[in-house]
Amino acid sequence: MNKLIETINLSYCYKAGTKEEVKALEDVNIAVWQGEIIAITGQNGSGKSTLARHFNGLLTPTTGSVLAGGMSTNLKENIREIRKIVGMVFQNPDNQLVSSIVEEDIAFGPENLGLPQTEIIERVEWALNTLKIEEHRREPLHNLSEGQKQQVAIAGVLAMKPDCIVLDEPTAHLDPRGRRDVLERIVRLNREEGITIVLLTHFMNEVIYCDRMIVMDQGSVKMQGTPHQIFCQSEHQKEQLHKMGLDYPIASQLAAGLKLEGFDISTDIIHTKELINSLCQLK
Amino acid sequence: MPIEVINLSHSYKIGTPFEHKVLHNISLSIKDSQFVGIIGPTRSGKTTLAQHFNALHIPKQGKILIDNEDTADKKTDLVKLRHRVGYVFQNPDYQLFAPTVGEDIAFGPSHQKLPRTEIDKLVQESMHQVGLDFDTFRNRDIFALSGGQKRRAAIAGVLACRPKVLVLDDITAGLDPRGREEILNVIKDLHQNQKITILFISNSMDEVALLAERIIVIDQGMIKMDDLTRNVFARTEELRSIGLELPEATVALENLRSAGFHLPNGILSVDEAIEAIAAALREKGAHN
Repeated sequence: MNKLIETINLSYCYKAGTKEEVKALEDVNIAVWQGEIIAITGQNGSGKSTLARHFNGLLTPTTGSVLAGGMSTNLKENIREIRKIVGMVFQNPDNQLVSSIVEEDIAFGPENLGLPQTEIIERVEWALNTLKIEEHRREPLHNLSEGQKQQVAIAGVLAMKPDCIVLDEPTAHLDPRGRRDVLERIVRLNREEGITIVLLTHFMNEVIYCDRMIVMDQGSVKMQGTPHQIFCQSEHQKEQLHKMGLDYPIASQLAAGLKLEGFDISTDIIHTKELINSLCQLK
Repeated sequence: MPIEVINLSHSYKIGTPFEHKVLHNISLSIKDSQFVGIIGPTRSGKTTLAQHFNALHIPKQGKILIDNEDTADKKTDLVKLRHRVGYVFQNPDYQLFAPTVGEDIAFGPSHQKLPRTEIDKLVQESMHQVGLDFDTFRNRDIFALSGGQKRRAAIAGVLACRPKVLVLDDITAGLDPRGREEILNVIKDLHQNQKITILFISNSMDEVALLAERIIVIDQGMIKMDDLTRNVFARTEELRSIGLELPEATVALENLRSAGFHLPNGILSVDEAIEAIAAALREKGAHN
């Protein structure tokens, strides 16, 4: 597997060189592998958005470097190419949507790549189909729910055919159905279209669908691994996660509680399915 | 301070081609010191309804009585009313505008012509109630606050007016788990110890299940359910059909039930769920 994005000794200060300098990232070394879906989690202010904004050169390192598709974001001439590789979706779709009609909005990106008309139409078609929002194609954006708008925002980025999409808390302001629909589509983009996904989130029930996760705290990477590794119930890990103010997924919480009640339950549980399996094995 | 909503309807952009009705014949009443959850999909009208409670919207059809005062009556002092019914917006940036935390919180009381010492006392008390240390945060730049601190500052600004009712519009959206927990503890404390009536709008079924004694479900501008929390979350199919969900623990138990475990209905929290599963396992004869 290839490293699609790599940070090397990445540090970043807001207002660097002034009296109000604030250190937001300190010596971050991580990689995003081609084809994976990876969660970045951590408290508000832990630096996860700052980190994600380095992936396509929205921010550039104060010291260290970031490589996307092998190109350094430190070189201005690379940025245009890098943004074709790494697309970004923000928390509030209204910050991202530019046109008034769904398909026009999705076409905006490809149009700006200077593609021929037929190619633009093809890509819009593909993005609408992939996200299963064809039925809304002619609808004005203001008629859509927040969840549907977020799907259009994702489709707009998808139409650029990036290798990787970075989503910064895309479900934070959605209602339950909006959250479920958006998450389902994100996972499908990865599993079916092979698009690398970086998902910033506070919801552990989203993290459990990721291949790997990174936990940030105070500007540094504190943990890295599969969700199973991170949510294993070792005392040390528990204490660390608690200190960083993070939750366990619901199935882990139930398993831990039953263990405490004296039942012989696996502690390697993050999905309800695994909890059911473990319970079925009890004699 | 009871709230009475009688046959309230509301339309936006009245008299234009874009006119649309967002609330249809809403009637409800809220008693003193209740903790009421208001849930519904986006655009269901829940925020529009909530903004009637402190007269950000004045009814054109129907009526709202706050402590028996009609908000549409010209004699009603709306400024005083808004001090008694505080409104906290989802986005604290809409609410905070002074340069420092202390100045922002002092804004409300300083318009009540109170002596300086009294204002200081109110600011100090409000900050204490939301868990912002007075000495540390009084002169703190608003822009230097974290998301959770900003929300607490916004709540403190409303508390400084000594409200009897708090309307909270999805105030935990975007907060991390600890930030959520801290804010929820503040709200719980205000309800239990200050007996403040809480109207809690949320997209989190878990938060509503944890806190509210009664839930009002709004869809397409109409009240679909208005009942005790447990009764509302028992109506699974209806909730899902309008795009809502059950609390996480309830969903997990539902899955266990379809896998053949005999578990009771009506469980809303993690602790209850653990207890129920443990009981079912013991009955089945599993060792522990």
